[in-house]
Amino acid sequence: MDKATLAGALGSPSAFGQSQFALVRGNAFEARVKADGGTELLRLVHEKLDRSAEPPAAARVPDLSAAGHAGRAARTELALGEASLTPGEWTLLDHPLLALDVAGSPAFLEPDAVVVHPDGSWTVVEIKSFPLLDGSADPAKVGAAARQAAVYVLALEEVAARLAAAPDGPGEAPRVRHRILLVCPKDFSNLPTASAVDVRKQRAVTARQLARLTRIEHIADALPEGTCFAPGLPRERLAASVEAVPASYAPECLSACELAFHCRDRSRARDAVTALGRPVRAELGGLTTVEDVLAAARGELGDPADPTVAALRRAAALRAEALAAAAASPGPQVLAGTAGTTRAGVAPCP
Amino acid sequence: MSLITTLARLEAVSTGRARPAATVRHRHLSERPLVFVPLTTAGEAGAPLGALVGTDRDAPRLLVVPQPRDRDLRFAFLAELADVVLPYVDGCAEAVEAAERSETDPETGKRVKVEVELCADAPQLIVPSRAGVDFVRLLGRSTRFRRTAEQDPEAPFPAPPRVPLLGRWLTHFAERARVPGSSLLPAMTDLLSRHWATGQSSLEDQHLGALLAWIDPPAGRSGAEAAREAELARDADGQLRCPPAGPATDPAFDNKLLAPAIERYDRARTALAAAQDGLEADERLGALTAAEREIRALVESRTRPTWDAVWRGLDLLRALPEGARVEERWTRDRWSFTGHRDRVLAGEPPQPRRDDAVTAANKLAAREREQARLEAQEALDDPLVMAGRRLSGEAFAGEVTDVVMAYSESKRPSPRPLVTVRTDDRPHLGARTRVYRSLGGKPQTAEFVGYEDETDGPGSDGAGEGPAGAGQPAGGLLVLRITDKMGRGREPEAGSVPEKGDRVCFTLFEHEPRGGAKLPDPEETPWTHGGPPGAEAAVREPADPVTEEDLL
Repeated sequence: MDKATLAGALGSPSAFGQSQFALVRGNAFEARVKADGGTELLRLVHEKLDRSAEPPAAARVPDLSAAGHAGRAARTELALGEASLTPGEWTLLDHPLLALDVAGSPAFLEPDAVVVHPDGSWTVVEIKSFPLLDGSADPAKVGAAARQAAVYVLALEEVAARLAAAPDGPGEAPRVRHRILLVCPKDFSNLPTASAVDVRKQRAVTARQLARLTRIEHIADALPEGTCFAPGLPRERLAASVEAVPASYAPECLSACELAFHCRDRSRARDAVTALGRPVRAELGGLTTVEDVLAAARGELGDPADPTVAALRRAAALRAEALAAAAASPGPQVLAGTAGTTRAGVAPCP
Repeated sequence: MSLITTLARLEAVSTGRARPAATVRHRHLSERPLVFVPLTTAGEAGAPLGALVGTDRDAPRLLVVPQPRDRDLRFAFLAELADVVLPYVDGCAEAVEAAERSETDPETGKRVKVEVELCADAPQLIVPSRAGVDFVRLLGRSTRFRRTAEQDPEAPFPAPPRVPLLGRWLTHFAERARVPGSSLLPAMTDLLSRHWATGQSSLEDQHLGALLAWIDPPAGRSGAEAAREAELARDADGQLRCPPAGPATDPAFDNKLLAPAIERYDRARTALAAAQDGLEADERLGALTAAEREIRALVESRTRPTWDAVWRGLDLLRALPEGARVEERWTRDRWSFTGHRDRVLAGEPPQPRRDDAVTAANKLAAREREQARLEAQEALDDPLVMAGRRLSGEAFAGEVTDVVMAYSESKRPSPRPLVTVRTDDRPHLGARTRVYRSLGGKPQTAEFVGYEDETDGPGSDGAGEGPAGAGQPAGGLLVLRITDKMGRGREPEAGSVPEKGDRVCFTLFEHEPRGGAKLPDPEETPWTHGGPPGAEAAVREPADPVTEEDLL
């Protein structure tokens, strides 16, 4: 289901999109990293992850093209199996395709590259076009890349387990390395540099989330008969269909989900305090709507023995007192002469 | 976020308009700030696309890079930017006043007062959003190590003169912006969200258009509606009516308008280079100029709304009275500015890529100290901020009900009056907890002695406010012992002891935070922190390597 189209049909289009400048730059950088049969890329893998191995002189770069997603995934699996059977050689898989079971339906994933080391272990390579400036990059972007790579690691582990179980397989599952290689442009140039990122934590989190995901059939079973998400439907019917799927909006959704603006409108219409952020919700205990909170603060609602209600009333009283005091005495109200004495007395920062 | 701010946000949701989060202005605003609205190219690190910059709201200077991937055009942009920023900075560097600073005498090791210069005013660079501050830092980093032809005749692709200097100043601004309460490089969204609470989350407050829509909605409309429109409304071409405050541009703008315009520019440039004779060249030059003008118009159309929004924000902020201690913090900014001016004049090298251990530790300590100072000063300047501290038990206000004179038991007895305060607040007081109040701008210290039993029973007063938490008395009568600022004599000086009936406000936090222990000189960095800077520190940091297709 295309959530962006659905959001558009609901009248709250998503604000996501990619600039073609970023796209061009990202592709050019990736091509540069993988040029000459991946010489530069393998050099980085050797330098950052596996210095004890033979330096990669000539690597095998198997052809992974095949018809259809399933075909490409099968081809990738075959290539990985072959690479594991030829120890002592470096193998670079350019844009392999991996299948991963997500909540009961298969999802296809395409890492930028996977490298098979001479010892038979596998490394995920993620190529990003944000810069590594003086050795450090934007933590938010690195975090996103690590989460993405963790999913690839999980998918590769499934492949490894399958290969090990195969009758003519190596018997023992090849190791999928938990340190992935993040390749970025160095400073302001487009020369590649790399850093090993440990994704064990992200892998564990993703594995747990995948295991806990409600299976898609269960969600579908819970939906009323006739629920349909075709973007061509009238807006009211679509909205009712979307409403049938439970979702709890928080402002963080805005940066992740195409439907966030729609959910935000619903959340605001319900007067939910979570629309102001999860911490706000946590602070207000059992009071979940804006009007309830304000009524409680005014003393019209709620049990005064409830600590949340008591704190709210005190906050409201203090706020009203402070605003009244400020309105009564316009202008700075701290004693005259303060500015003059402090101004001369300020010492420079060391 | 304190419960008081949360309450203000909820009120804003309910009334459809932002509610005050402060009663005074907590940041200094220069009379002549330099507003800087930059745009960057998507996907490139530090490749500016253009900017509006200037001190005159009616006449901003438009700077544009028609092809952001072209090094020469980027240098031209930076040189133009330097022509605007550096004269503005120099204008503040000239007027100085005499000030004193205590320094350690290298020979005697004693602290002595030294007469130094302090710039009478400092520049203030205002950007629309926090991303703008980061972009200033990035521009500073990308230019401060460049070499001009004069510095290094061998350097490939020399930078125009003054560009490295611009980089050093931008770096200084961006570095100072990390100090809490500083005003050399404020972001407009931060300034506005400090003073108003909107009915949206703090994440959404990062959008300047939406934030302004809540604070000052157009007549007859609610803030929520206006904010939603600012965030999402698009015209018939699919372009945002309120372009993002940058530096990142909207992808739809990049793909639909900017990319074709840049392509036309590139084509016109190639055609001009291939021109056979003068007549043809003239014609093609015309085409190139037209293509360039088109890109300029596009960049202006995306930056001008933000430029106007920044000035509108300034109008709103200027309507608030300035807090009493804002001037003091601005003086610290002036010291920081003067310090960097002196370093530049002394011919010191640009700021290093990575700070050494001692500098880094000093910076962190300074930021922590300034954070504590900012929190204390904002509370003292603003009853609304103080209300938050009172709610959290870090301060209390009340009326003096009794003053009993008492004296210390030393050879020369000093006054130690006992003051009884009636309060409804619930401060977290333990035995002999020190509390402070502001007396003529200076903190006066008192000690908590104990709760006094009321004949009519404590808590009856505060019953309307709800019962106190378990084990915590609901305010009531507090007895404090004043311990200083009463002069040297046996009798306290007039006005130094509160009198019966006075309203007083005491805080549990210190008004002037103390700094930590002094750090060693860089030459004495302990081995645990990398040891003293070795020979490599003496070598000038090399410029970034450049390649043929390099970016900056």
